[in-house]
Amino acid sequence: MREVLFWGFAGMAIISAFLCVTRRSAVSSALWLVSTLFDLAAIYVLLDAQFIAAMQVLVYAGAIMVLFLFVIMLLNLGREGPGDLKGWGGRIVATALAVGLVVELWALKAALAGEGGFQAVTAAYPLPEGTVAGMAEAQGVVGLIADTLFRQYLVPFEITSVLLMAAVVGAVVLAKRKL
Amino acid sequence: MPGIVGWVWLVVLLPFIGFLVNGALSFLRPRAKDAVSIVGVGSVALAFVLSVAMALALAGSHAEEGFVVTIWRWIHVGDLEIDLAFQVDALSVIMLLVVTGVGLLIHIFSVGYMKADDAYPRFFAYLNLFVFFMLVLVLGAAFPIMFVGWEGVGLCSYLLIGFWYAEKANADAGKKAFIMNRIGDFGFLIAMFMIFGATGSLAYHEVFAAAPSAFVVDGNSITLVTLFLFLGCTGKSAQIPLYTWLPDAMAGPTPVSALIHAATMVTAGVYLIARTNVLFAMASVSSVVVASVGAVTALWAASIALKQWDIKKVLAYSTISQLGYMFLAVGVGAIASGVFHLVTHAFFKALLFLGAGSAIHAMHHAYHATHTHDDAQDMRNMGGLRRWMPWTAGVMWIATLAIAGVPGFSGFFSKDEILAMTFARGHEDMVFYVLWFVGTLAALMTAFYMTRMMLYTFHGPNRTGASEQQHLHEVPWVMTGPLVVLAAGSILAGVMNLPEVLPFHGWLHQWLEPVTAQGDFYRREMHLTAGTEWLLLVLATVIAAAGIVGAYRLLRPADLLPAREAEPETGFGLVLLRKYYIDELYDTVVVRPLVWLSEKILWKGVDAGAIDGAGVHGAANVTRGLGAIGSWLQSGQLGTYVFIFVIGVVVLLRAMSGS
Amino acid sequence: MLLGPALGLSAILFTIGVAGVMIRRNAIVIFMCVELMLNAVNLTFVAFAQQFGPEGQVIVFFVMAVAAAEAAVGLAIILAIFRHRETVDLRDINMLRG
Repeated sequence: MREVLFWGFAGMAIISAFLCVTRRSAVSSALWLVSTLFDLAAIYVLLDAQFIAAMQVLVYAGAIMVLFLFVIMLLNLGREGPGDLKGWGGRIVATALAVGLVVELWALKAALAGEGGFQAVTAAYPLPEGTVAGMAEAQGVVGLIADTLFRQYLVPFEITSVLLMAAVVGAVVLAKRKL
Repeated sequence: MPGIVGWVWLVVLLPFIGFLVNGALSFLRPRAKDAVSIVGVGSVALAFVLSVAMALALAGSHAEEGFVVTIWRWIHVGDLEIDLAFQVDALSVIMLLVVTGVGLLIHIFSVGYMKADDAYPRFFAYLNLFVFFMLVLVLGAAFPIMFVGWEGVGLCSYLLIGFWYAEKANADAGKKAFIMNRIGDFGFLIAMFMIFGATGSLAYHEVFAAAPSAFVVDGNSITLVTLFLFLGCTGKSAQIPLYTWLPDAMAGPTPVSALIHAATMVTAGVYLIARTNVLFAMASVSSVVVASVGAVTALWAASIALKQWDIKKVLAYSTISQLGYMFLAVGVGAIASGVFHLVTHAFFKALLFLGAGSAIHAMHHAYHATHTHDDAQDMRNMGGLRRWMPWTAGVMWIATLAIAGVPGFSGFFSKDEILAMTFARGHEDMVFYVLWFVGTLAALMTAFYMTRMMLYTFHGPNRTGASEQQHLHEVPWVMTGPLVVLAAGSILAGVMNLPEVLPFHGWLHQWLEPVTAQGDFYRREMHLTAGTEWLLLVLATVIAAAGIVGAYRLLRPADLLPAREAEPETGFGLVLLRKYYIDELYDTVVVRPLVWLSEKILWKGVDAGAIDGAGVHGAANVTRGLGAIGSWLQSGQLGTYVFIFVIGVVVLLRAMSGS
Repeated sequence: MLLGPALGLSAILFTIGVAGVMIRRNAIVIFMCVELMLNAVNLTFVAFAQQFGPEGQVIVFFVMAVAAAEAAVGLAIILAIFRHRETVDLRDINMLRG
């Protein structure tokens, strides 16, 4: 069942991403990106990362993309602009490079994972399959993350908050008309 | 080796020093004419004195083969070893005396002739340079050294023909001479390569010693070598087909015509064949070719001279004709006869040119005084000049009688001997009788046109014009002096090689034995009975008389009109006047196609198109293109940067997954 | 067992994002493609987290936070540039030109 759902959402994600990249209107691109984000959120759920899925929808789709749309509207870029995509030559080259990239990534995976595919890799590591699901059963999904976040990764957490504050201040300063 | 012979390099060096000094003076003190005269004449005079000393030393030493004086190592590359060496032997000493002796007289004449010219120092500088190169040519002990002199005299010929270079015609004449010479030089070079290939050396004594074993007698190799050598001779000595530069070379000052184009440079070809007579003796086909070309050229040029009006052109064609006789001589194997005629011709032809120069000088004077612009060299403007220039007329008559072959004068003996030797070979091959006939016919014409020249110039009524006449006068002693000396030589030089039927005969023949001995081995003996010889002598006299008397009778100097009033020529006379249209033929067949080729193909196609386009501009364009690609990397366009980014990532991944 | 396909999907999404960055000229859209790339990476982390423990999800947490900050600042910059240049077309913004 999971597999079927996964393939479905994966296909939709790919289509949405492709459309996002190729639309002329910036608003259309933004909306297709939102679609992609939703599909990814669904996949996160299938991968036992429910909290992350929720965060994805809340933060990414809900805040970041809204911000994008605000800016697009502010700059009045919603209309179908004059070809914002590069010419045919650029597209061909970009496609070729993209294909190359995929091939290389696959080759990298083949080289690193060795003969047995990922199963061999993961077999060498401590957690048996389905463990995260089991841990989530015990602590709850959020608790699982919180436990790791506030114990092992406390310092990065604090620094991230400083980063966010810097970002806010910076954004305000940059976007002001007059300092 | 006698001590003085070791100083032979000084003979060569003296004129060169004269060139350097006069050349410097032409830049620094162009008006110092006296200093230039002293240096110019003095250097050649000293060289002449040394040459006489060399000759006496050689004669006294009884060393048959002569001496080779090596100066220094020159080219030692692989198997090729050439040293700078001078050869003092029977033949080179004769040439040495002619070059320095006649050269000295002409230098003295030039002091007077060129006195009014602003480029006086340059003239003597070039003249000295010429003497230097000519001496290198005749004294060289190896082919390359001779070739240095060969090229050098060609260069000086170009410089001196175009001496008054401001006139385009003079510059063109100089170019024509040089370029035609180069065609001949190509032949000379090929011959040198072949000689080196066959014998492994280029020094005379080594080549001639190796020749019998290196070449098959009458084989293809030796025939080709000698024919290529002869090609060089046709260029330098103005024989068919490369003779058309010589009449044009008359654009140079008359002393130049006398020295270079009469007495010395043009005889270099004869000297070459005399020096390499062994090779020619081994190639009978080439020898016949040489003789035939010589005889035909003699007749051809003589016929053209019959109708020329410019006095210097008459003498130019006469020179070509007489050179033909010399080649006829060396072609049939009479080396000493050829050299003999070379010597006598040097005397009387130099005399003729200098005398004509005196006449032209006087005419120029007259025209200058009356501001007339007629041609001072056209015989139709002259006439009766002996009234004002008795000495010049007198010595010119001596020279005319010599060249016409009047008995007692030197030309008679030398020309008769050539024809006699040709006749002597007739019994082995009919072609020699034909050549003898051609030569005799040319002798008849020679006597005729020379007398014609004298009649029109020095006799008959004067056509220069009444006002100009008053300004005609004899030339100064500095110019008539050398003429007298040359006249004496024209008479006395005959003694050098009297015919066998006379006592004290064949002195030059014996003197040149060491040079001709090796070749004589391959040659048939040329012997005439006493009776035949006397018959030929009488015949030669009759021919000369016929020519002279015929000219007297048939020509009417009184009927001539000055050049500007003269009627145009018609018929065969026009063909002769226009030199059988050979120049026009060469122009159409050779010159124009070459110019077209050079311009359209080699210039526009290869040079501008390929080399400039692909090479020069191509390199620039490639650089520019590469630069354009490079500048794309710095475009400031983020898209480009990302693009390159991604390429880098892909490459890295490949590297990672590959290893 | 979803690890392999998830990673494959991640690679494809990442590549699409890269292609988007290369072919688009509008600065904002390029930004969105960068976000797409970041999401692809998030997917990788989550997929591995399913096998190896919650650390992966924590990292995704941080990625999201940083992405948010980056989006804010980046869009502010774009706004500032737009004020100067009246355009967000990257062709016209070549002040890095050397």
